[in-house]
Amino acid sequence: MKFNGYLRSDGKVGTRNYLAVIPTSICSATVAFNIASQIPQAVALPNQHGCCQIGADHEQTINTLIGLGKNPNVAAVLVVGLGCEGVPIDKVAKNIATTGKKTETVIIQECGGTLKATEKGIKIAAKMAREISLIKAQEFPISELCLAVECGGSDFTSGLASNPAVGVASDLLIEAGGTSILSETTEFIGAEHILARRAKTPMIGEKIISLVQNCELRAKQLNVDIRGGQPTPGNIAGGISSIEEKSLGCIYKAGNSPIQGVLVYAETPKEKGLYIMDTPGQDIESITGMLAGGANIVIFTTGRGTPTGSPLAPVIKITANSETYSKMFDNIDLDTSSIISGGKSIDQVAKEIFQEIIDVASGKLTKAESLGHKEFGIYKIAPTF
Amino acid sequence: MQKRAVVINLKDNVATAVADLSAGSQVSFFLGQDVEQLTLNNHIPLGHKFALKDINRGEEIIKYGESIGSSIISIQKGDHVHVHNIQSNRGRGDRG
Repeated sequence: MKFNGYLRSDGKVGTRNYLAVIPTSICSATVAFNIASQIPQAVALPNQHGCCQIGADHEQTINTLIGLGKNPNVAAVLVVGLGCEGVPIDKVAKNIATTGKKTETVIIQECGGTLKATEKGIKIAAKMAREISLIKAQEFPISELCLAVECGGSDFTSGLASNPAVGVASDLLIEAGGTSILSETTEFIGAEHILARRAKTPMIGEKIISLVQNCELRAKQLNVDIRGGQPTPGNIAGGISSIEEKSLGCIYKAGNSPIQGVLVYAETPKEKGLYIMDTPGQDIESITGMLAGGANIVIFTTGRGTPTGSPLAPVIKITANSETYSKMFDNIDLDTSSIISGGKSIDQVAKEIFQEIIDVASGKLTKAESLGHKEFGIYKIAPTF
Repeated sequence: MQKRAVVINLKDNVATAVADLSAGSQVSFFLGQDVEQLTLNNHIPLGHKFALKDINRGEEIIKYGESIGSSIISIQKGDHVHVHNIQSNRGRGDRG
């Protein structure tokens, strides 16, 4: 099976052809936004961090920004820096440029303020937009797809229907030689032993267990009950009673394929197949991490309904709650409630989801894209100083 | 039979309501290939769980064939099972 995508110099294939305007810190975010707002195909990433961060937290922000620039959905990159922030502007640009994609920088302090930096940025970005418009979509095998699987605003229908159906679709992609990433470590708590059994090697299985132990330890070190935040009030109203119940439903969305490896936040899978990435359960930070790891399309199940989109990838949203589908028709792409009402089997619906993935990968706009949703957030792992 | 509740795994001691079910009503569901029936003691909102058997205080609650927590009081067959009578056993930093 094939989809229409955009070939990059490093051999990867994108489902979209964006010009990414990446601010290295919050201080350059407005200039980046103003530049992108002038240029078709340009998207600015609303980075809230990038300065006064230390240690692993500082490194993670840098790696995430680099990973997002390298994402195959990005054709060219303009890095916009203030000039004095902690994130090294040149290092970010040079690393992104190793993919062979055109990468340039604009530094506000060097240009002499907002107006000059914006002017320079628009000139560069306008030229880039013309250049990348020449990249035409071509047919590629679906093994070039890297699917980020996400769930948010879960209710009882998520574990019962939409997640199992997405899991079968993810297995179909992996059988065809593609890649899927399962994330949200918090939502493995109570289900980690099931994932560990599916690990390709015992060492990968141990890694999965220790990810979850560390996550649980972080909650314990705060001397609080994780139930203060997980499950969310909406999850509880929807019938989910504990993090274990939420997790057992969540992991269905990664199907039954063997787990090839465990990735740190924003890390790229080395091979094809199913991977696990260590991210928080918060949807936006989780998706951002998977996109920085190279995912080129996102599938998102929801029970309560959510508007989530992304600046760098199409996000296909699915619910098995018929009431949510009719109430939030603006936001949800597929209604899979027939699994519960008895009309269709999980396998039938999975085939429809799989076809939707291919259609969207080939350019069909998702509802989130058509409404301009571009939610974005980098996971922080330490306080800002 | 109209599907009004689902038992996911044969080991489960709770079922999930796929319709809003009123207190005192009879509900039928599949347990594997067999059709079982019980009377509900409480209103079970759509998506919420009810007990398939009597569950002692401290006993594990099983859904998806796995533990989703344990009961904090004794629960009767047909009772609503949720955060008022069961608790999570994971991520409990409050337990010291």
